[in-house]
Amino acid sequence: MSNVETYTTPDGRTIGAPVMEMKNITLRFGGVVAIKDISFDIREGEIRAIIGPNGAGKSSMLNVINGFYHPQEGEVLFHGKKRGPLRPYQIAAQGVARTFQNIALFKGMSTLDNIMCGRLTHSKTGMLSHVLWKGKAEREETENREKVEKIIDFLEIQTIRKTPVGRLPYGLQKRVELGRALAAEPSLLLLDEPMAGMNVEEKEDMSRFILDVNDEFGTTIALIEHDMGVVMDIADRVVVMDYGKKIGDGTPAEVQANQDVIDAYLGVAHD
Amino acid sequence: MIEGRTLEQDLDTFPKLLARNATKFADRPAFREKEYGIWQSWTWSEVRSEVEAMALGFLDLGMKKGDHVAIAGRNRPHFYWAMLAAQHVGAVPVPVYKDAVADEMAYVLDHCGARFAIVEDQEQVDKILEIEDRIPGLEHVVYVDRRGLRKYDHTTLHALDTIQETGRVKRDEYQPELDRCVAGLTPEDTCVMLYTSGTTGRPKGVVMSNYNMLMSAKNSCEFDNLNETDIVLAYLPLAWIGDFIFSVAQACWAGFCVGCPESEETMQHDLREIGPTYFFAPPRFFEGLLTSVMIRMEDASDFKRKLFRKYMDHAKKVGPALLDGKPVSAADKMKYQIGKALIYGPLLNTLGLTNIRVGYTAGEAIGPEIFDFYRSLGINLKQLYGQTEGCVYITQQPDGEVRIDTVGVPSPGVEVRIADNGEVFYRSPGVFQEYYNNPESTADTKDAEGWVATGDAGYFEKESGHLRIIDRAKDVGKLANGAMFAPKFVENKLKFFPDILEVVVFGNGREKCTAFINIDLTAVGNWAERNNIAYASYQELAGHPRVLDTIRDHVEEVNKSVAEDEMLSGCQIHRFLVLHKELDADDGELTRTRKVRRRIIEEKFAVLLTGLYDGSEEVFVDTEVTYEDGRKGSISATLQLRDAAVVPVSNKIAAE
Repeated sequence: MSNVETYTTPDGRTIGAPVMEMKNITLRFGGVVAIKDISFDIREGEIRAIIGPNGAGKSSMLNVINGFYHPQEGEVLFHGKKRGPLRPYQIAAQGVARTFQNIALFKGMSTLDNIMCGRLTHSKTGMLSHVLWKGKAEREETENREKVEKIIDFLEIQTIRKTPVGRLPYGLQKRVELGRALAAEPSLLLLDEPMAGMNVEEKEDMSRFILDVNDEFGTTIALIEHDMGVVMDIADRVVVMDYGKKIGDGTPAEVQANQDVIDAYLGVAHD
Repeated sequence: MIEGRTLEQDLDTFPKLLARNATKFADRPAFREKEYGIWQSWTWSEVRSEVEAMALGFLDLGMKKGDHVAIAGRNRPHFYWAMLAAQHVGAVPVPVYKDAVADEMAYVLDHCGARFAIVEDQEQVDKILEIEDRIPGLEHVVYVDRRGLRKYDHTTLHALDTIQETGRVKRDEYQPELDRCVAGLTPEDTCVMLYTSGTTGRPKGVVMSNYNMLMSAKNSCEFDNLNETDIVLAYLPLAWIGDFIFSVAQACWAGFCVGCPESEETMQHDLREIGPTYFFAPPRFFEGLLTSVMIRMEDASDFKRKLFRKYMDHAKKVGPALLDGKPVSAADKMKYQIGKALIYGPLLNTLGLTNIRVGYTAGEAIGPEIFDFYRSLGINLKQLYGQTEGCVYITQQPDGEVRIDTVGVPSPGVEVRIADNGEVFYRSPGVFQEYYNNPESTADTKDAEGWVATGDAGYFEKESGHLRIIDRAKDVGKLANGAMFAPKFVENKLKFFPDILEVVVFGNGREKCTAFINIDLTAVGNWAERNNIAYASYQELAGHPRVLDTIRDHVEEVNKSVAEDEMLSGCQIHRFLVLHKELDADDGELTRTRKVRRRIIEEKFAVLLTGLYDGSEEVFVDTEVTYEDGRKGSISATLQLRDAAVVPVSNKIAAE
């Protein structure tokens, strides 16, 4: 492995060795190059943000990380080992959970049931024992429910426990989706635009939850976000992408001072 | 010697009571709390060991007799235990409103010189840290919920369960000291200090002794036969005396169980799951509940609605009589039983009120319709009249003597007299010791013989011996023409309309009466929805011409009823406006217990008041508002002022 040294954040957390390393990733869709030769790492315990203008390839990057897309070139190292072409569910089983940009919950199901779904990767009993509902299956369900209830408490959504998620406002749906991802007890949590479409208050709440998840469970978090204010406030390190290329990487302060980043966001005059 | 003034020696302090309960009711539930989706419960003997561990831990932190311990949080068993634990050490718990803004909290904590603060979570810890330099006496902050606090500096910050753990580990070291503390407690020692909400001026710390609290608890438990099989839901603010009486004093005295809701928002649902047998709620609560029932019935199918109306009409006719044990014809009884099976039973069940044996309401006047609704369903809902300074109880209604317009007979052990100016005075074993560090206010309120001025004007009804309260003594004034002015009287009549949430009537020393009105967003919003009226905000709905028309109709209806009262016919409302914002405790317009602060509202909205009296059609106003997190903003609006028709008053004035 290239660099195993740790670093300490301004607020005193110690960030460990890389969990996930992207090495020279290139992703093409036919003739379109979505990601071009990008390398960066996500370290144990950090909040890593990926930002960039529309169409920069951020979501594609996230899809590479969680194994939905397979890059044509480059390799992904997970805990220092090269990751082969796995299916998304296999990667989920390795402890990588995610939320989606445009909410992918089961609208007709209650908050509780939606979050219970997140426990499925941890389920060891088969369908038959669930039908019989004796012994192991029942015990497992009880354990799962206990874990889910802790998450419900954590996210302060007790009031909507039994409400079908389709009836919830957007901000709360986002929170339920975060709950479902947390239910998988991930070691790496991927958030695809967790604040999109939220008002200021909802953004503040969500930021708080992201920080608390990181603090409480020590979860490593990689997030894509448009809102620069949020990113600069909560991220430890930021990768900036533009047109599929990495144009900046570093602490929020470093990135903000980077001329390429300023150009990408504010635009430059063309001669 | 008046009855209800002596305590048994082995039950005269809170630690003694807890020790008795831990043996007498050892395996009976003492506290329940819904957490992680299920009801967790603690028996009395478990509670004692939790409280003891906490008290030992407090000793380790250096807590001493006479220290003040501020407590801010929602209703959770941990806070009740912390209060009991502090009492074991001889310290004085001071519950404060957890949603108080930083400024209010700083005042209270500094005023009582709190050395310790026990708070709920990060939000509260942050608030305390923000005001730290204004409370130099504060040494340790203890929190219950660890979340988000891991990175904080823990030199003076502690988790409550760590303190308990320390207490358990160091039991041998501190047990003798704790025993000495408990043995040294006398009934005269302060058991709790509560800050009054302060309708006028800064809050005052009301000092209560063990004797005050336990005597009141004993008398009231005996009055209503409360015992260890009862259960209550603790959902009212910890800082309010009522919650201390119901959830601590009476619970310890009678040994009944206290249920704590999962969160403030789930209270209604938790109420239904707990099914309390003994319940207190302010009129506002019953009103809100009735409004939500009515709104849901409006949306129900035709058949259900008709059935509901038919049986509710019948319940109104015979329900209260059945409850009071008065004779009712067999046919009516039969019909009531059918109604019970079809409507009343299921309705009570949905509301979580099925098991109620004793229910009380107090604090404000309750609307006759609202009161009758619950009584007709068979709920033994009664009224009481009380004050922080008297450990709540002054008068209360005995079973079978419940009426809407009185507040009952003096509670056991309480003497009541009416002064010449109509002000109500009382003397009881529950009467407070003093206002903390405020001898002038103490002397103003309590005289040498122990009589306390309530500040309310009222009189005893000759035939029944029940007390009737008219208004705050200081709010009763005179109109310019000398007629009597009692704003509450008119406000209460208006507030009984579901559309109207809050009213402030002005007129003292003026020619005519005028009013500021707040609409009820739930009721009016639902009405708007049914009538296809679009609105984007409270402000927009409040200014809608059709809403103003409806409110005018209400005002005129009230004017008619006010005109019938001989003494107060001058209090009819000539002009009114609907405010562009809801009156809010965060803006200082209401007290934390949601009573209007007249003077402050009068000053703040002086422009509007002038407009009402100079005949303007509309007035522009810009108001500062405070958000929950303490930030400030402003709302501006142009308000329409409306005239309301009044009924010509008695011939005498008309002739002038």
